[in-house]
Amino acid sequence: MLYGYVLKLARKNMLRHRLRTGLTMAGIAIAIVSFGLLRTVVDSWYAGAELGSSGRLITRSEASLSFPLPATYSERIRKVPGVRSVTFANWFGGIYIDEKNFFAQFAVDAQSYFDLYPEFRVAPAELADFKRDRRGAIVGRKLAKKYGWKVGDQVPLRGTIYPGNWSFTIRGIYQGADDKTDENQFLMHWHYVNETIKALLPSLADKVGVFIVDIRDPAQAAAVSAAIDSSFKNSLAETRTETQKAFQLGFIAMVDTILLAIQTVAYVVVLIIMAVMANTMAMAARERMREYATLKALGFSDGFVSLLIFGESLALSLAGGLLGILLTFPAAASFFRATRDLFVVFEVRPETVLLQLGSAVLIGVFAALAPAINSTRVRIVDGLRAVT
Amino acid sequence: MSSSLISIRELSKTYRRGNQPVPVLLGIDLEIAAGDYVSLMGPSGSGKSTLLNLIAGIDKPSSGSLLIDGIDIAALPENDLAAWRAANVGFVFQFYNLMPVLDAFENVELPLLLTGLNRAERREHVETALAMVGLSDRMDHYPNELSGGQQQRVAIARALITDPTLIVADEPTGDLDRQSADDVLNLLDRLNGELGKTIVMVTHDPKCANRAKRQVHLEKGVLLSGSGAH
Repeated sequence: MLYGYVLKLARKNMLRHRLRTGLTMAGIAIAIVSFGLLRTVVDSWYAGAELGSSGRLITRSEASLSFPLPATYSERIRKVPGVRSVTFANWFGGIYIDEKNFFAQFAVDAQSYFDLYPEFRVAPAELADFKRDRRGAIVGRKLAKKYGWKVGDQVPLRGTIYPGNWSFTIRGIYQGADDKTDENQFLMHWHYVNETIKALLPSLADKVGVFIVDIRDPAQAAAVSAAIDSSFKNSLAETRTETQKAFQLGFIAMVDTILLAIQTVAYVVVLIIMAVMANTMAMAARERMREYATLKALGFSDGFVSLLIFGESLALSLAGGLLGILLTFPAAASFFRATRDLFVVFEVRPETVLLQLGSAVLIGVFAALAPAINSTRVRIVDGLRAVT
Repeated sequence: MSSSLISIRELSKTYRRGNQPVPVLLGIDLEIAAGDYVSLMGPSGSGKSTLLNLIAGIDKPSSGSLLIDGIDIAALPENDLAAWRAANVGFVFQFYNLMPVLDAFENVELPLLLTGLNRAERREHVETALAMVGLSDRMDHYPNELSGGQQQRVAIARALITDPTLIVADEPTGDLDRQSADDVLNLLDRLNGELGKTIVMVTHDPKCANRAKRQVHLEKGVLLSGSGAH
């Protein structure tokens, strides 16, 4: 019975200062949306790694990813027990018209690359065209849509790693097997790039950035990785082989500090609104000191009055929090549309929603703490004298 | 003489203002009989409101004894004292102290939430109390939709809803016009005369004080007259 009254009074008290309540709710909602978006940014960064196939290994230079490996390693890797097939890719790093038009470009082995990436779906005729045309390219659906490219279009790229002006003809557009597949890649023939560069910069020729290794049994990934690396032990270019997931996590580790900063900002936003909300509740409780004293005079306990304050605070923070959670989804969709080049997936995870809800509860509890404690300390006679 | 409901012996109260002790009541002896109607009078700062607060159990004395119906309320722990107030004391404040977000019905119902009555029983009690104060037609009105006199009548209905032994009233007409004040005083007369409630009322107003059966005067924390029970 009393709890019902607490809820009723909390609801009615909340609506006493509609403007103040509305602004506080809006503040909480914005903070919860920001928290959700920032968390999703971090999650999405890691999501790429999560999507990495455990049946694919990546072999790169032990020294650094920026050191290429001899292309001839391909055959030796293929002979390692447990390996089914091998392909390779090299970061091209060209500029399309302007530096701001950034997208991933890889020079790949046209004959084998798509066999190892079945999630990149290309029409057989387009794939055959691509394999035939050494100046051909296959691009992701989203990338093609972004720049309005279609099959047959010429795409000029200004080389940075591989100097000169390059031109590629789009021979196909691949589509992801699901919405989590990256559809923003530009893939061209490694052999074409290699032959062109051999004449200009022989030191860069016959090198590849990474080998992509398809293994027979994902459970043997560690053993096969070790076997590959031991094949090149004490050579001039030692290798480091790991699962695609571990490889991508290594990439993310490079921007760990940025991700940590984003996560910190997410929590700081919650802390700020916590302070704002605490101030709102302190004001509300101060205004109602005489009412609380009256309730206590009538025989209601300190606990009941504290419950009233907690009830109002939680009702307000949860209302703002739930509104924020609801708004997170359209906000995330808009954010994703605006940053398509950056993320493969941008989904608000259930864990994020739970954290948002938890933050809203925490805000409500924290904001009520000081006024509730204060209400138990104020003597009834002093409370009754309080000016409202 | 009736038996004493309230028995006060050597009651003192000292507040602290910073490090300075400020004595407010000095060795008060007072007997109030069950069914009595006492007005506490005196100039500002005489200690009459403090004495009322002590009798009502919302403040604790510094020394002396305060027995109400044989219970030493000064010795009760806070939770027991709250329960004692809920069962035995009805409050009427100068500024009514109604909950602005509750309507008249809900305000009167408030003390009943601490009893075991069910919703139907509470409704019956509240309707009877509001009928007694002549506000049956104002049940769903909020305090800001009622005049001062009506608000005080709602407060009186709230004070009597749990059928307490004692009603304490702090300047119950202090914020009212003459007509409303008379209505309120008539109600208090009825509570005392017809229902036998013991009433202790603080007032500045001699006309108001004259409505009580007995007047007790305080000055500078000392009782000047009217200390014996009738």
